[in-house]
Amino acid sequence: MSWYKPSDVGFATRSKLADLGLGARLFFRLLLSLPSTFRRFGLVRDQIHFLGNYSLVIIAVSGLFVGFVFGLQGYYTLQRFGSSDALGLLVTLTLVRELGPVVTALLFAGRAGTSLTAEIGLMKAGEQISVMEMMAVDPVQRILAPRFWAGVIVMPLLAAVFSAMGVIGGWAVGVVMIGVDAGSFWSQIQGGVDVWKDVGNGVIKSVVFGFTVTFIALLQGFEAQPTPEGVASATTRTVVVASLSVLGLDFILTAMMFT
Amino acid sequence: MQRSKNDVWVGIFVMIGAAAILFLALQAANLLNLSFQSTYRITAKFDNVGGLKPKGAVRSGGVVVGRVESLVFDDKSFQARVTLAMESRYAFPKDSSLKILTSGLLGEQYIGIEAGASEKNLVAGDTISSTQSAVVLENLISQFLYSKAADSSSGSMTAPPSGSNEKK
Repeated sequence: MSWYKPSDVGFATRSKLADLGLGARLFFRLLLSLPSTFRRFGLVRDQIHFLGNYSLVIIAVSGLFVGFVFGLQGYYTLQRFGSSDALGLLVTLTLVRELGPVVTALLFAGRAGTSLTAEIGLMKAGEQISVMEMMAVDPVQRILAPRFWAGVIVMPLLAAVFSAMGVIGGWAVGVVMIGVDAGSFWSQIQGGVDVWKDVGNGVIKSVVFGFTVTFIALLQGFEAQPTPEGVASATTRTVVVASLSVLGLDFILTAMMFT
Repeated sequence: MQRSKNDVWVGIFVMIGAAAILFLALQAANLLNLSFQSTYRITAKFDNVGGLKPKGAVRSGGVVVGRVESLVFDDKSFQARVTLAMESRYAFPKDSSLKILTSGLLGEQYIGIEAGASEKNLVAGDTISSTQSAVVLENLISQFLYSKAADSSSGSMTAPPSGSNEKK
């Protein structure tokens, strides 16, 4: 059990490598399942309903309040430089480029990722997955793939809702409450935000995060120990690993897109 | 029964998401205004474009009449060649002049176009030659310092050689 025994180090390394290989294999199987999954779209639609519709409220409300706070804090900083007209641009660029995709992915990991992990972990604990395999039904195809693609579809839509609500929140605080000129608020936004470079890259980011978060949640559920403790720790791992991956990936994507 | 109910809710969800993307594209990024106004292209040569960027505004009397399309360096004349996309509904005389201006103290740079007196109007492909470069802050400061230095040196010439300094 001690970390310095060579045999233990070797065993730990090998099992990590095996985890990595298994994860990669599962990821490619999920990617290749695209055509056959969409032939049975009903399964995907039910998962979109479960992942998307139920996350909509928390995403919209969070976006609105993030927009409120940005309106207040941005105004405080900008009015020192006498450029409070740029408030709209500040709020919109921050939301569309960074906060929209990232915060949505973090909330999605907490709201939907955990439920995916717990659901699949409990299926495993209840031996439902083994039963499916015995009936020659591929659990990856039948259970994981619809959830995976639903997550990938849902994430950019949720991120767009988050950003749009945030812009409206920033407008509510900046224009309605504080009294920044509405015309210059919008014209600054329209002059400074590019459809492809800003909005488009934000959508690409959120698609990447959709792949990441959903895949991590499914992998943790699928690999969970089939016990109550195993499901509990898998759910925790989903949040931790998904959040860290999203933040790390965000840095890489930002460095690639906006330099 | 259950399925058709889900269908409606998923449809509503997708509608909301699509509306949000449309809102960002149209209201925030102003996709419609950028792509549906017909423009004509003219070029201009500047000695120095300063901090001008593609998509920067071309204004006349403060109103946006066009956008900067591209900025390239011309290694024949060693000048910057700027392509402007002017909105078709605005016509300018052939001898109009361009100036690089800054909006506000820290604002971004834009091109100001001043109408000339020619009878003929600019058409697509024309080149404007009377341009005024961006003000480079370093040049301005060095000019200022130089004139200051010239002032003080000429001042000390007229002043008595020493003594006056010691009094101060």
